[in-house]
Amino acid sequence: MATAISVKNIGKQYKIGAAESKFRYNMLRDVIVDTVAAPVRLVKAMIGKSDRRLNQNYVWALKDVSFDLEEGKVLGIVGRNGAGKSTLLKILSRVTEPTVGTVSVRGRVGSLLEVGTGFHPELTGRENIYMNGAILGMRRAEIDAKFDEIVEFSEVTQYIDTPVKRYSSGMYLRLAFAVAAHLEPEILVVDEVLAVGDAEFQKKCLGKMGDVAQQGRTVLFVSHNMSAILRLTQEAIVLNKGQMIMRAPTQEAVDFYLSSGQAQAGQRDWGVEDVPASSAPFRPISLKIKSRSGKVVDTVRSIEPVTVEFEYQLDAPVTGLRVGMYLSTMRGEYVLASFDTDEPNLFEKFDSRKSGRYVSRAEIPADMFNEGRYTIGVNASSFGVRRYFMDENAIAFNVDISGAPGTHWPEPRVGPVRPRLNWAIEKMD
Amino acid sequence: MTEITKHEPTTIYIKPSKGLAALNLRDLWIYRELIFFMVWRDVKVKYKQTLLGMAWAVIQPVMTMLIFTFLFDRVAKLPTEGIPYPVFSFTALLPWGLFVVALNQGSRSLVAHNNMVTKIYFPRLILPMSSVFAGLVDFAIAFVILVILMVYYQVAPAWNLLWTLPFFLLLAIVTALGVALWLSAINVQYRDVNQALPFLTQFWLFATPVAYSASVISAKWQILYSLNPMAGVVNGFRWALLGIGNGPDITFWVSAGISILIFVSGLFYFRSMEKTFADTI
Repeated sequence: MATAISVKNIGKQYKIGAAESKFRYNMLRDVIVDTVAAPVRLVKAMIGKSDRRLNQNYVWALKDVSFDLEEGKVLGIVGRNGAGKSTLLKILSRVTEPTVGTVSVRGRVGSLLEVGTGFHPELTGRENIYMNGAILGMRRAEIDAKFDEIVEFSEVTQYIDTPVKRYSSGMYLRLAFAVAAHLEPEILVVDEVLAVGDAEFQKKCLGKMGDVAQQGRTVLFVSHNMSAILRLTQEAIVLNKGQMIMRAPTQEAVDFYLSSGQAQAGQRDWGVEDVPASSAPFRPISLKIKSRSGKVVDTVRSIEPVTVEFEYQLDAPVTGLRVGMYLSTMRGEYVLASFDTDEPNLFEKFDSRKSGRYVSRAEIPADMFNEGRYTIGVNASSFGVRRYFMDENAIAFNVDISGAPGTHWPEPRVGPVRPRLNWAIEKMD
Repeated sequence: MTEITKHEPTTIYIKPSKGLAALNLRDLWIYRELIFFMVWRDVKVKYKQTLLGMAWAVIQPVMTMLIFTFLFDRVAKLPTEGIPYPVFSFTALLPWGLFVVALNQGSRSLVAHNNMVTKIYFPRLILPMSSVFAGLVDFAIAFVILVILMVYYQVAPAWNLLWTLPFFLLLAIVTALGVALWLSAINVQYRDVNQALPFLTQFWLFATPVAYSASVISAKWQILYSLNPMAGVVNGFRWALLGIGNGPDITFWVSAGISILIFVSGLFYFRSMEKTFADTI
């Protein structure tokens, strides 16, 4: 098998903090001098002689990443936000150049970084298919040949000659994805496209991706949806802070990723630098998983209740705040979502919260989980107003089922929950 | 399901480009259809949801011509070398209109399509190029009006010189594209370009013999005046169409040289900045 992609020691450096130089004036005199000097600065900057010492910091969004990928393989890329996943895909699809290192890519790279690029609202669906196809690098003859298939896949047949500005957002996305999905490049790069459309269409998209992989094309797939990653890829790499920390069969990599995100078993702490500025005035401090005895644990027993404790700071009063969690399996399937003001009396009492430190604590009853690993995502928002903070993968914990119902049969049970149901058996004669 | 294209895939090497990157004309050729589609889209979208539609392509140059006629012919009584003023100024408005469209649309083309630039790969040169080519459609419409004007005013074209017109048109395109390459690339990083454009357009119009004849400039300033590449283009148009002026003399070749210099340097500047477009836009 030939190598489709060969990545050697690539790194990408970004400049940050240049904007702050705008606010270093103390006196009007400085402002005037600076304004007068501005044209000179512009010319200097254009010919590349700008003063690099000026408040410019550099960060490596990607550092020393190397891997080879054989033709026809599907590789998953997992990592937190800011781990460098998108930067990697942008380099592979030639949107941006690496600062160091080399990549060789065999064949046409089709990127689904963003579907619908180049769509013009005034053009009809038909016109946009041709336009978008050309932007993605398709030949006119190629688009002609696939036109009917694209239209059928997008399910907008009867509106194909209507300007897309009259489309619903769902129709728009379906059409956009349909074009991109029919590009049929040798290498397909997919980033989070599965977030678009309704459940039915997502299923179709996943199916399409599966087809693409089966045709012997090479696919790079980035998603936060672990179940999609597990279903579609055999192998995955894990990125963390711009570096590749693991390459392994998908199951192993996903396992590693889900458990490595945590600073400490059973407890997650947020430092000041971990919290985006946009979260203010909400500031998460820690999230703990506690056993019945009050100990912080990584593994809980399914037959005991579990306490989830989220500690946070409000730097200003917040109205309508709800703090809660999303609980999901390690495959990314949701088990439940719950918020601290779900109860009407708490909802009224904490309609507005003064600034200060808070703990929102929930007890998950015993006999809830099946065996396995679960993740908790946290979320703080004012419903319909604003989302302050979210971490989809704040912490993970194991569930041990010894003593749970049915454990006297040594077989795994399906499903994420394993409740103790009140079975009754009656003899009916 | 259509079959996979069976041709042997080509290998692309991605690495940090050093210095003045090669022009990569191969990619431009591969993506040639995109230029066509971009031009087609610009033309198609330009007059959508307007009451007068394509009529705007006629109204704009005709109104400018009428204002010029009033100001410079009726009021200022500028010399026109025996040509009726409307024909005289409209001949110059043809290349000038093309240049203005290129200057304005071309310079903003990268920023206007920033979602394309940050999301997918294609030769970035396509954006300013297609803006300039889209101007050719308006040019063609204006050309028809010129023919009508010439018939109305009974001005005979300079038949023996007419064959040179395509060269002057090409020079107009080269000039417009050169300036658009420079300004669009600078605009990615410094949006000052957006602010400067209206002023620049106006200033450039005064420095170009559109409303007046280049012969009003005194002889000792002619060479300095010809440093404006559009002066050469406009004089060339008048010479090829109306047979007035001197034809390609030293001042014309200076203008043409400046055009080519701007174009070639613009091409290299654009290509050297291209690698950072997606990061800085």
